[in-house]
Order: sequence, then C-alpha cells, then structure tokens
Amino acid sequence: MTKSYEELPLTPISTEPSTINLTGLWRVIRPVVDKEKCKKCNICWKFCPDSAIKLVDGEPVIDLRYCKGCGICAFECPQKCIIMVREDEA
Amino acid sequence: MRMVMTGNYASAYGAKLAKVEVIAAYPITPQTSIVEKLAEFVSTGELRAKFIPVESEHSAMAACIAAETAGARTYTATSSHGLTLMHEVLMWASGARLPIVMTNVSRAMAPPWSVWVDHMDSIAQRDTGWLQFFCESNQEVLDTIIMAYKVCESSGVMLPAMVIEDAFILSHTSEPVSVPDQELVDSFLPAYAPEYKIEVGKPMGFGSLVKPDQYMEFRYKAMLGMKEARDRFLSVEQEFKHIFGREYGGLLEHYRCDDAEVVLACAGSVASTAKDVVDSLRARGIRVGLARIRAFRPFPHQEFRALGAKVDGIAVLDRSYTFGAAGAMFTEVNASAYSGQNRTTSLAWVAGT
Repeated sequence: MTKSYEELPLTPISTEPSTINLTGLWRVIRPVVDKEKCKKCNICWKFCPDSAIKLVDGEPVIDLRYCKGCGICAFECPQKCIIMVREDEA
Repeated sequence: MRMVMTGNYASAYGAKLAKVEVIAAYPITPQTSIVEKLAEFVSTGELRAKFIPVESEHSAMAACIAAETAGARTYTATSSHGLTLMHEVLMWASGARLPIVMTNVSRAMAPPWSVWVDHMDSIAQRDTGWLQFFCESNQEVLDTIIMAYKVCESSGVMLPAMVIEDAFILSHTSEPVSVPDQELVDSFLPAYAPEYKIEVGKPMGFGSLVKPDQYMEFRYKAMLGMKEARDRFLSVEQEFKHIFGREYGGLLEHYRCDDAEVVLACAGSVASTAKDVVDSLRARGIRVGLARIRAFRPFPHQEFRALGAKVDGIAVLDRSYTFGAAGAMFTEVNASAYSGQNRTTSLAWVAGT
C-alpha cells in the first residue's frame, strides 16, 4: 500500500544501508572460479563493481547474494580461470 | 556595536554571528571578500568552523549538502555564473530538505561580460525550491542571514535560503551596520538540530530512489514547507524585532502605500532610490508609494492581492527578463493582483545593470 505524504519522512531516507538490496537476484549467469588455475592476483577483486568478491586466504570467493553476473571479473582475469555459467546450468 | 562595513562584510558577520560550522566556497567577483573575511575569522579562531576550499561552485554546494546532511549549520556565498553552475545541486539541497543559507551577490550573466548588478542569476534559480530574499541595505543583509537560518531550520520548513545583495551597490559600498551581541543572537537562534542526519555507527541512506506513486508525495511536502515558510518568516521577523529592534516589513515592504493611487514594485537596492523618488513626488502632492519585494520565494501573493484592491495601478521594475515572456516579477505581481477584486492597471519596466 502506497504511503501518503503525511506518513512519509521529509525526504526519502532509508534506515537500512543499501546492502538490504540483494542484487544477486538479478543474475542470469554466474562466475565460477577454477581454484587450480587461480594465481591469487586479486585483479577480479579490484574490478568487481559491486564489491561482491571477498578474499578468503587470498582466494576470491563470489558473494552470490550481491553478484549481478556482469562478467567483468571473467573478462579481466589474466589467467582466464573465471568462467560465466548460466544459472539454470550451474 | 556599530561598524562601517560593506555588504560583503555584512554577509560574513551575519554568518559568523549565526555560528556556521561549515563554509565551502569558491571565489568569484564580486563575492570574494565575503569568503576572504570568513576565512580570516576561521584562521584567527574567532569562528569555530571548517572552511572547505573547493574547485568549483558545483562542488561548493555539494560540500554544503554533505555537511548539512551530517547536521552542521552550513554557509556559502556566490554570484552570477557561480550560482548558475550550482543549479543542479540547488535542486538537490531543497529536495533533500537541507536548510543551507547562501549569499548570492546578484550580478548580470554573460555575454556580454559584466560584473555589475542585475537579477538574472537569482531569478534563474526561481524554481529550485530555495527561499529568496532581496536586500536593500547592508544592515538588512546581516539581519536577513540570521533570520534566514531560523526560518529555514524550523521543522515545518526545512528548506534552503538565498540572501541576495546587489553587486557593488551593496557588496562593495560601506554603510553603518549595527552588529548585534553574540549572546543575543544565540538566544534568538538555537543550535541546528535536524531530525535526521548522518551519524557514525548509524547507517542511513539519503536521497533514495522512489517510485512515481511516492514522488509527488515528496514534492508536495516541499510545497507545504514553502507555504509554512511564509508564515514562519513573518513570525520570525517579529521575534527579531522584539530582540534587536529592527524589522523590514515582512515579505513585501509597503512604503507610503496607505493612500497611494499608484505604486512601484521592485526588489533590492534600487528601492532606496525609489523611496527617494516617492518622497519627492509626495512633496509635490502626487500620491505614489513603493512596494518592495523582499521575498521572491515565497512570493507575497496575498500582499499584492490586497494592494491591488486598493490602488489604481502598479508598475513593476524588473532587473531581469524572461526572454519570450516578461520580467518574472511583473508576471507574478500581475497574477496576484488580477486574481483580486480590482483589475489594477499594470506596467512592466525592465532595468538593466
């Protein structure tokens, strides 16, 4: 139900940070990392526009709650160890 | 304390007395000495504020928006091309309901290059959601800055204000100005305490996207704020008068209008000259008066409606021009007066620099 002006704050304010938006729901393809080939260069981590790659002991771990599947990590990986896989085939 | 000072120093003293906490500004003729004076106040410790030098006026207003969102009382000053460069962020400041106060030293737009006064820069910001106050004297500049913070920071208003002083005529001309005691200003203007602000450890999102069903609701609230600003300005001025002994006549100053047959409406420093002309015409038995537009936003519609019902004619002297239409003040005065009972004769005059 839409709120009227009387129920709304002065200006649009959210009390939750934007991490409340689970943008992973937008994804149709997902990055899959080949751990054997990964050199832990962290280039994927630097390029991820959504900060959806975490480094665990130097290894990239995709946070699928936020990854939109844009494929920038796979494109930038010099080792070509990240491949994009269709969600329905993952 | 009575001092002799320029309109620009009156702006700086007004901001200092209002105890502004953040100043972000970029220099431009003829505004520069406002921020130079404030930078001096900050460097000597007379004013406890953060002075942020920025690379453009767009950045100056962006920095003010951020500071105000963090709960700081914020001030900036600009002029002409600086003000028009701010245009986008001026809309943001009002939509985000941030009661920033700014001095605009009104100066003509180029080309042709000019550093002298007209009101084109200010009037071009008409629809940004800022309150706009035109001043006639340096004293009024200082007093209006202090009053503007009180009006704008009221919970029912929460909108920014532009205090307008005419280039050189006020900005660089020295006049005697009464500088009120800090304790009196403190009693009149309490510290800024917004309902929402950015705080460490309390994450919040500001300026979020809303869907069309709520967009109008928020714009409607801003309209209500401007409506409230009208009444609030009148009551704040009365409170100011009670404490400091000065007042300027509300949104529209009536000068010898009581039994006037015709009146001139204008804004800014030209009103002083007009008052002199009214006096000399009155001395010859000609019943004329002056209606000085102090607030262009909120516009004194009710006042003009009432005035229009009493007089035979109103002439409006605009110092700006809306190409393809008419002077903006003329259009609004006409709209107000024509919605009244009498169809007052109106004349449109345009004065340049």
